[in-house]
Amino acid sequence: MALQSLDVIRRSATTTASPHQRETAEVAKLIDVSKCIGCKACQVACMEWNDVRDEIGTNVGVYDNPPDLSGASWTVMRYSEVETDRGLEWLIRKDGCMHCADPGCLKACPAPGAIIQYGNGIVDFHQENCIGCGYCITGCPFNIPRISKKDSKVYKCTLCSDRVAVGLEPACIKSCPTGALVFGTKEDMKHHAEGRIKDLNERGFKNAGLYDPPGVNGTHVMYVLQHADKPEIYHGLARNPSISAWVSIWKGATKPIASWLLGIAALAGFVHYITVGPNEVEKEEKE
Amino acid sequence: MASLAPTFGRGAMTNHWVDIKNANVIVVMGGNAAEAHPCGFKWVTEAKAHNKATFIVIDPRFTRSAAMADLYAPIRTGTDIAFLGGVINYLLSHDKIQHEYVKTYTNAALIVNEGYHFEDGLFSGYDEAGRKYDRSTWTCEMGPDGYAKTDETLQHPRCVLNLMKQHYARYTPEAVSNITGTSKEQFLKICEILATTSVPNRTTTFMYALGWTQHSVGSQMIRTAACVQLLLGNIGMPGGGINALRGHSNIQGLTDLGLLSNLLTGYLTLPGEKETDYHAYIDKRTMKPLRPNQFNYWSNYPKFHVSLMKSWWGDKATKENNWCYDYLPKLDVEYDILRQFELMHQGKMNGYFCQGFNPLAALPNKKKLTDGLSKLKFLVVIDPLATDTSCFWENHGEYNDVDPSKIMTEVIRLPSSCFAELDGSLTNSGRWLQWHWAGQEPPGDAKNDNEIMAGIFITLRELYRKEGGAFPDPILNLTWPYKIPHAPSPEELAMEYNGKALEDLADPKDPTKVILKKGLQLDGYGQLKDDGSTACGCWLFSGSYTEKGNMMARRDNSDPSGLGNTLNWAFSWPANRRIMYNRASCDPSGKPWDPNRRLIWWDGEKWTGADVPDFKPDSPPSEGMNPFIMHPEGVARLFALDKMVEGPFPEHYEPFETPIGTNPLHPKVVSNPAARVFKGDMEQFGKASAFPYAGTTYRLTEHFHYWTKHTELSSILQPQQFVEIGEELAKEKGIKAGDMVKVSSNRGHIKAKAVVTKRIKPLQADGKTIHHVGVPIHWGFKGIAKPGYLANTLTPVVGDANSQTPEFKSFLVNIEKV
Repeated sequence: MALQSLDVIRRSATTTASPHQRETAEVAKLIDVSKCIGCKACQVACMEWNDVRDEIGTNVGVYDNPPDLSGASWTVMRYSEVETDRGLEWLIRKDGCMHCADPGCLKACPAPGAIIQYGNGIVDFHQENCIGCGYCITGCPFNIPRISKKDSKVYKCTLCSDRVAVGLEPACIKSCPTGALVFGTKEDMKHHAEGRIKDLNERGFKNAGLYDPPGVNGTHVMYVLQHADKPEIYHGLARNPSISAWVSIWKGATKPIASWLLGIAALAGFVHYITVGPNEVEKEEKE
Repeated sequence: MASLAPTFGRGAMTNHWVDIKNANVIVVMGGNAAEAHPCGFKWVTEAKAHNKATFIVIDPRFTRSAAMADLYAPIRTGTDIAFLGGVINYLLSHDKIQHEYVKTYTNAALIVNEGYHFEDGLFSGYDEAGRKYDRSTWTCEMGPDGYAKTDETLQHPRCVLNLMKQHYARYTPEAVSNITGTSKEQFLKICEILATTSVPNRTTTFMYALGWTQHSVGSQMIRTAACVQLLLGNIGMPGGGINALRGHSNIQGLTDLGLLSNLLTGYLTLPGEKETDYHAYIDKRTMKPLRPNQFNYWSNYPKFHVSLMKSWWGDKATKENNWCYDYLPKLDVEYDILRQFELMHQGKMNGYFCQGFNPLAALPNKKKLTDGLSKLKFLVVIDPLATDTSCFWENHGEYNDVDPSKIMTEVIRLPSSCFAELDGSLTNSGRWLQWHWAGQEPPGDAKNDNEIMAGIFITLRELYRKEGGAFPDPILNLTWPYKIPHAPSPEELAMEYNGKALEDLADPKDPTKVILKKGLQLDGYGQLKDDGSTACGCWLFSGSYTEKGNMMARRDNSDPSGLGNTLNWAFSWPANRRIMYNRASCDPSGKPWDPNRRLIWWDGEKWTGADVPDFKPDSPPSEGMNPFIMHPEGVARLFALDKMVEGPFPEHYEPFETPIGTNPLHPKVVSNPAARVFKGDMEQFGKASAFPYAGTTYRLTEHFHYWTKHTELSSILQPQQFVEIGEELAKEKGIKAGDMVKVSSNRGHIKAKAVVTKRIKPLQADGKTIHHVGVPIHWGFKGIAKPGYLANTLTPVVGDANSQTPEFKSFLVNIEKV
């Protein structure tokens, strides 16, 4: 959420041009699933750095806890017990925003400046501009953003844009005890992944590979997978993620119409406010 | 501790965390390092990434460690000796041992007493009524020269190696598979991988924790692995060793400082009640060499002991009064925690102090504990948290269903600071004393433990001074030299442990020279004297706080050898050595076994290298001194002599609650014949007919024991108590993931959510199908996580026969859907 306006290259629902006086290298987080011990230190680091706390929930019959992403859990471990040709494997995948090069959320978002993309590849939500419509959720090919019950705004991993902007690694990277999480330029991360894939190949994982899906022009969070030929066994990781056709239509021919309708709605709201006054929230709803 | 000292000489992790990166094969067995030691586990991933190490996990459950393994094998809980005994048999029968190492550095060639034998599950000398052994035949044959007899040709039928072959010949792959439930193919595959490290330039490292210690045969499990490592020549080597991973950040420090009931500091021992004569006490502990030309370091016992007495009683400790020997308590029996609660339960204990200890949660059979605590007159709890123990009298519904009106125990809670709120040192698994600094002040009225103990002591001393008493001298005469008497500082205590010169110390080689002036801090325990001219609170820690300053606070991580031996980072006991027994990393001529991992070597004049030699620095290889300097014979022990209570060779005994109800090796002797069992506890053991499943308790990476149920973030990550069962058992019992289930043993029950998993598979043992029920321990009735049952409601009261560590890992339960 750092306001590095010089580095903003795209903004949701905005037609004015973005600055490009300065160029920054693309960054990436590399998640090596084969080195992840599922300790959840990254979940703790994420909550601590961003100073948010999920609720103390219940056990739902699995190790995954909190059981899903939420307004306060921007990353969670997904544990999958899978029988492969090697026998039983317990695949543990850190789930969270993939920071797509072509972000479906940003394209789907109707609120000006609520979602932005930086030159380094980070896709960030500016909650002060968020109208809570949830279109970004529909637009996301990875099912990541979550609406908070507290404030009806949408939240997700920021890739610690505030830390990265001042030359630090994201909080999750700093907390990872085994080096399963690494961070750097996207080129360096691809290179690092090559070494890991070679090691996995030598250990008999013939289909080990890098997950950097082309359907969204690549991502700034990438995975090293032991079985890159079957991403879906990692708790349903999308095989060929792409932006839904509806978002493309929304962004294409229908956009001017939609914007116009939105304007009408806003005007109607304004008129309602002026003439009738603000909507009173019922007590029950507050509860 | 109870197994490593009898085998190698010292009771601690032989190597250290960073050194794990040097291993070629890593075995995690009796532990779950990825979950319980996630930060240390990074060295496993380093070994895999940079050393192409093969990583093996052997565990009843497919754990988060197993998720990282190249090879995982399931094993029935409590059968590790059968597995590892099978490995010994494999190595010996396939001739996959490092011959020169075994012959020279172990007691393989020692000739054992003629009276020793093993038959039908029992060693010679068993006293069935007393459940104990007369160990007098578990000794070596002595020659006319006063030294132990050996046969260097290893042909003598009673030499240790041949007895070992004979003992483990029964542990065939078929027998192993029948007992452990591990498939023969998986077992043999692991044997083959381990055997690749019998060559001088490859090593295996074993990493274990409570998965071995918490059995009635726990010490012997560790010893079996130690024997495997000796046969492979992997002790003393970088990337080798038997690595005890400690659970609490300072539990190694606890035993180092003698906080067990039978110990003084530095593994000196308290006298027994019959040992009223000082000289006899000292003579018994001052070892005589068993083989010629050996260092026999325990011959220095008097120096360590006298310096300790001088540290405690100063000028009052004199040669004339045997250095205050009469001040030391003399033990009638060992007062381990299980005995403490037995005495409490019998109503024979009035008061109890719990300092940083939550026994209601941490000890077996909660009902017995609650009954015991209810019979106390007073209970003092020193802790940063409102522990379950301190609230044992509160009614918390089903989770702690007691009647407070019937409990008369007065509970006094003294809030203390936590580890991050005071300076001090923590001794990690790898024996590093690392100094740390307070991050913040303790909250409210909380005080540091030093202050609390000092306050109690000063008040007591005042009472003794005013009112006298049966024997006030040890209290009145205790040295108390601290600047602020009611608040001794961590630095003052650390300096006291290091020790100082009480007189000018002369150079032993040239008595006209003074090497250390009176009053100065000692450089190390080599300067200790038995004439009262030195004081030292813990000889093992000597060298940690010298005139050069606080060695524990050093933070230079330069590593010139690349082996991870950062000699200027903190202080590692003994004498800043990083890898113990490192003389054994060289062949008898003083050259490193592995030219690529040169730890120390003989340079023609002295021992030198990347570590502090664990050896007499100027003893040339030609002198024939051997590497295990704490042993009077200089070698490591495949045959433990009389040091273990249930036998000199580890033998497989079933858990006291066994799901197969017999011992396939010797049906007449099922469980550890020398384990102590109190009368009422024996009657509380359950049978497989009523409790058919193998229960086992353990920790999760998200929590730390019973502390983090008080912290928000850990509680978010694992909010609610659960148990784990396999899919097959779940189907049989009609249990689905997320259902509430009741798990019961013969001592009580708990209720928890069910996690149903592919990761716990049924095993076939002795013709039966064995299901495991996994019980994580972290919940209780105090804290902010969802309230739960204390898992130790279920567990039986029996301990390891040597250390009395409770058998938490193997017991019998039933499970049903609520």
